[in-house]
Amino acid sequence: MEHKRLTLFAGHYGSGKTNIAVNYALLLAKEGNKVCIADLDIVNPYFRTKDSEKELLSAGIRLVSPQYANSNVDLPALPAESYSLVQDKSTLGIMDIGGDDRGAYALGRYAEAIKAENDYRMAFVVNCYRPLTSTVDDAVEVMKEIEAACGLKFNCIVNNSNLGKETTPATVLDSLDFVERLSERTGLEIFMHTAEESVAKELTGLRVMPMVLQKKIFDLPDDIS
Amino acid sequence: MAERILMKGNEAIAEAAIRAGCRHYFGYPITPQTEIAAYMAKKMPKIGGVFLQAESEIASINMVYGASAAGMRVMTSSSSPGISLKTEGLSYIAGSDIPALVVNVQRGGPGLGGIQPSQSDYFQATKGGGHGDYRMIVLAPASVQEMASLTIKGFDLADKYRMTSMILADGTIGQMMEPISFEDVEINSYEKPWALTGTECKRKHNVVNSLYLKPEELEKKNFERFEKYAEIEKNEAMWEEYMMDDAEICVVAFGIASRVAKNAVVAARNEGIKVGLIRPITLWPFPTAAFEAAAEKVNSFISVELSMGQMIDDVKLATKCKKPVSLCNRAGGMIPSPDEILESIRNAKKGVL
Repeated sequence: MEHKRLTLFAGHYGSGKTNIAVNYALLLAKEGNKVCIADLDIVNPYFRTKDSEKELLSAGIRLVSPQYANSNVDLPALPAESYSLVQDKSTLGIMDIGGDDRGAYALGRYAEAIKAENDYRMAFVVNCYRPLTSTVDDAVEVMKEIEAACGLKFNCIVNNSNLGKETTPATVLDSLDFVERLSERTGLEIFMHTAEESVAKELTGLRVMPMVLQKKIFDLPDDIS
Repeated sequence: MAERILMKGNEAIAEAAIRAGCRHYFGYPITPQTEIAAYMAKKMPKIGGVFLQAESEIASINMVYGASAAGMRVMTSSSSPGISLKTEGLSYIAGSDIPALVVNVQRGGPGLGGIQPSQSDYFQATKGGGHGDYRMIVLAPASVQEMASLTIKGFDLADKYRMTSMILADGTIGQMMEPISFEDVEINSYEKPWALTGTECKRKHNVVNSLYLKPEELEKKNFERFEKYAEIEKNEAMWEEYMMDDAEICVVAFGIASRVAKNAVVAARNEGIKVGLIRPITLWPFPTAAFEAAAEKVNSFISVELSMGQMIDDVKLATKCKKPVSLCNRAGGMIPSPDEILESIRNAKKGVL
């Protein structure tokens, strides 16, 4: 995979941005790159990049997250350090952009600098099994709202279509038609597909990033019915 | 099988409400239930419904009061501190005998508290909160699928009995994502001859009001209302029993706590401890019959709660204190681990309560 200096993941809330951002950061770090990841999500105080702090730090990845993340004081404020990601061109930067258009406003702060450097990939993360992006029309609507809010245009798609624990290879394969139609409609290339590690192994012939780190939901133990 | 979709608990409530025929949502944002409002804001304009972010929680519950009086299926949602603000309206809605669906995705308290999950509004939901003699039907979902099914059920019960149904969820179930499906459920519609729909000069006007100046009349209203409540207690209690057949210890838990507790029950069974679980699905009416029966066969009960112990009072009442009831709890946004609950079960087995 060819990497850009900056990779921005944006999409509807619950599309899997944070999960993809941390896994992509690990992938880049494993290839020997100097990586920094910034959590620009000022909307959702629950699922954060910081949840994976331990794994990221042990892979040598620098993490920039809001000062009060994961505390009860969840101020919608960006850390001053976030700008270093845009400025420090010796590092591969990954930005985890907040949910939908409201979350993306924060990115506007850096839009001019990002455009000036012009070495970035802005990926629209989409899961066609999520209710508000289950049709191409709805997905395009969300996409346009985010672009309008942050002042940057998407240039690729990440297909994160999944059904949580029920995801099988067929779940991903069934989503291809949707994501190809989305790609055709918007003219954006499909940067990659993503799937949990064990599912990814069975998806040969597709460019799939295996998700090694999985978001734990409040450390809820495996369900018993 | 119906089509599977990956939903947050909060989204499941909103989608289920729309499918149940709700076209009026009034609310005010607060973590951790904001996705309900966000979903409604996106969907309602597309289906000819009304989404309105009011200037406050108090305004939004009074909009619910108004729209319900006009015969609409209507809802609001909030989280703990916001529900406190809505309680005046809840009392007026109860006093006016009109239906409403109110969602509380609880967070830690009291006061502004925190934003992490909690079950510490149990008293507020089941014992009143607002002033006067009144009840609300209180439904406690334990999964994203139940967030949907109990929302549909809640609208039905609210219309059937002309009162408020409350979905008492918590930050965990509100935020977590699970695949669910919407089965084709039949949505009952109810005649509302009492609604303020305009007389067109063809009938006597209806009055929706909670003010009764004559004490005899107000007393009569209260007695009538409690006859209705007795009917609900008899007919509408819902609960789940898990491994209770030969159980000597009964764990009691609702909502997210019940899911953690189930893991502890399985772990204890693996150690040879005969333990089961009763999960109340309706918190009011409390499933008293299940506890009366259990009290005859188990040695003790353990109430597992994300609070300082509130449901435990109802367990004691339902079992008439026939057997000891201990508490296994975390508070302030913390969730007990399966190991903590397992330790309580081991202690109960040893008779340490």
